[in-house]
Amino acid sequence: MTLTRSAEQQQFASSLHDLLAAADAPGAARRWAGGDHSPGLALWRKLAGVGVTALAVPPGAGGLGASWLDVVIACEELGHHAVPGPVAESAAAVPELITALADERLSARWLPGLAAGDLIATLALPPWLPYAADAGAAGLILLAEPGAVRLATAGTRRQSVDPTRSLSPARGGEVLARGPAVADAVARAREAGTLACAAQLLGAGRALLEASVLHARQRSQFGRPIGSFQAVKHQLADVAIGLEFARPLLGEAAVTLSPRDVSAAKVACTGAAQRAARAALQVHGAIGYTQEHDLHLWLTKVRALAGAWGSQAGHRARVMAAIADGGLAWN
Amino acid sequence: MSTDTGGFRAEVRDWLRAHVPAGPLPSVDTAAGFARHREWERELAAARLSVVSWPPRYGGRGASLLEWLVFEEEYYAAAAPARVGQNGLFLLAPTLMRHGTAEQCDRLLPPMARADEIWAQAWSEPEAGSDLAAVRASATRADGGWLLSGTKTWSSRAAFADKAFGLFRTGQDKHRGLTYLLFGLRADGVTVRPIRQLGGETGFAEIFLDGAFVPDADVVGAPGDGWRIAMSTAGDERGLSLRSPGRFSAAAARLVELWRRAGGPDADSLRDRVADAWIGAQAYRLHTLGTAARLAAGGTLGAEASLGKVFWSELDVALHETALDLLGPRAELREGEEGCWLDGYLFSLAGPIYAGTNEIQRTVIAERLLGLPR
Repeated sequence: MTLTRSAEQQQFASSLHDLLAAADAPGAARRWAGGDHSPGLALWRKLAGVGVTALAVPPGAGGLGASWLDVVIACEELGHHAVPGPVAESAAAVPELITALADERLSARWLPGLAAGDLIATLALPPWLPYAADAGAAGLILLAEPGAVRLATAGTRRQSVDPTRSLSPARGGEVLARGPAVADAVARAREAGTLACAAQLLGAGRALLEASVLHARQRSQFGRPIGSFQAVKHQLADVAIGLEFARPLLGEAAVTLSPRDVSAAKVACTGAAQRAARAALQVHGAIGYTQEHDLHLWLTKVRALAGAWGSQAGHRARVMAAIADGGLAWN
Repeated sequence: MSTDTGGFRAEVRDWLRAHVPAGPLPSVDTAAGFARHREWERELAAARLSVVSWPPRYGGRGASLLEWLVFEEEYYAAAAPARVGQNGLFLLAPTLMRHGTAEQCDRLLPPMARADEIWAQAWSEPEAGSDLAAVRASATRADGGWLLSGTKTWSSRAAFADKAFGLFRTGQDKHRGLTYLLFGLRADGVTVRPIRQLGGETGFAEIFLDGAFVPDADVVGAPGDGWRIAMSTAGDERGLSLRSPGRFSAAAARLVELWRRAGGPDADSLRDRVADAWIGAQAYRLHTLGTAARLAAGGTLGAEASLGKVFWSELDVALHETALDLLGPRAELREGEEGCWLDGYLFSLAGPIYAGTNEIQRTVIAERLLGLPR
């Protein structure tokens, strides 16, 4: 069990941060929301260039075979910069699903493209994930059910509250895998995608806190920065506390990938990000309630991801099922 | 990081299994209960388990931070008695080791480890609560020492303890006019008035000082350096030592057990809150392990301690409120299993107030960690 980041992992996080900060991710997200995927796809290619899309792919299939902690670090940074596209699906769940199916032909068909970033993938995994996210940007759409994994096509696309995001029903076609081993692979993909989504939420929550602190220091009313008012300070302190205590749960989930730990992380990261979003909007005031300000990219992404990859109620139920079933041990 | 400490965990677990009294002791905040808890501390000390993290020459084992956390996990999981010497063990002792003289450590720490001397904290005053540096109780120079006068209040354990440590005004400057002093609670010029707390027991007291003498040997650090020294103690109180995760881990495990036995519609509707209590306890545990790893690697604990203080104190209240809601109409009972939950609840209510109110902590977080303007 290792909860602390290595020096290499910290270096990886800060290099991703620098790359995304220099690449105008919010601008790409706005263009993506307007239907122009090209700057966003260019961003994905840059991320592929530093290995983000190869982390969850095994070395034998052109990937890096990195740890889940590395995937978490990457997805947290992508959430931090509101990178558009099916992040949890393409960077974590689909590579894990195909890898776990352990079928050489399937691996050879899809994994090298995913690792290289030439292929963006999404999936539906009902009832957990009833729709495929961002199918319009995906070159591979899967329908993962306990009995079978199929290629799928996207039904009528529906717009998400997150303007960069859409949901589509997945219509199953060619069967890629079926049989008893499929259920385990689908379960692995479910944990991997949920973990990545939780990491995105934590990153988004961090960005919202940073934006709020910056705004509270710069915005003056009654002749003083609003950040000097205790009512503002205490809201933001609570946001900081929520984020601080969600992070270790995310780290633990990346180590075990167990349903109990993944669900605990998703509950905590969602809660912390939602608290960050509420406080950020309140601290920004009316300007935060507009699409003119970039804040809306994070506010709406948090709301969208809060319900994706399992509801809060569903995750709490999984935690209780695990611990009431003798999983109370703390280590 | 690993929580594998080899045979240490097993030794602690086995010893506790053999020695923890069956059923709870009488409340530590009654005369009889205090005496019984002192006996328990002596049993712990005889097994060299009362202060595992201290150096051996003071009665400890030189255990690492990680081993201390393991000890705490086992201690609370075994439902062992409350630590009556807590204020001295976790607040004064680290202060003496950091700021005291070798003579003070040699003289004061061994009897503290054996519970021959139990210490109370004498910081707050009627007019100095959150604004602690506003203390007025004074120490004036006398031949070979100092004379104390003034009033201290909300002094935990002072009703039955032997000695106290506190901050006294020795100069005009708000912060640099304070001195850290030790005094006997049964000495001449000291009057202790026990105060009944919310639950009816005399868990703290008011201390009236009228010319009590403190020899120079019982000044900790230099005169005028008391605020800096006290703040380093406050860091311990808010941070790792006072609220080890074992306490919440054990309480969350008991809550899950209570929930499982309860069943029925109430339990169904409370499921999410039980889950959140467990998740919170797990988060605090993992966070503390991470902090321990960081400290072991040479890091320091500063204003970050405020994050933990707000988190654990609110977790504790929410956890116990959930337990009482599960107990429903039986939650008001003072005895038996219900009474244990109720006592835990009443104790938890003090958490957001003591060791620096949560309002003070949030301000510290906002100003020192987030960088918001004062």
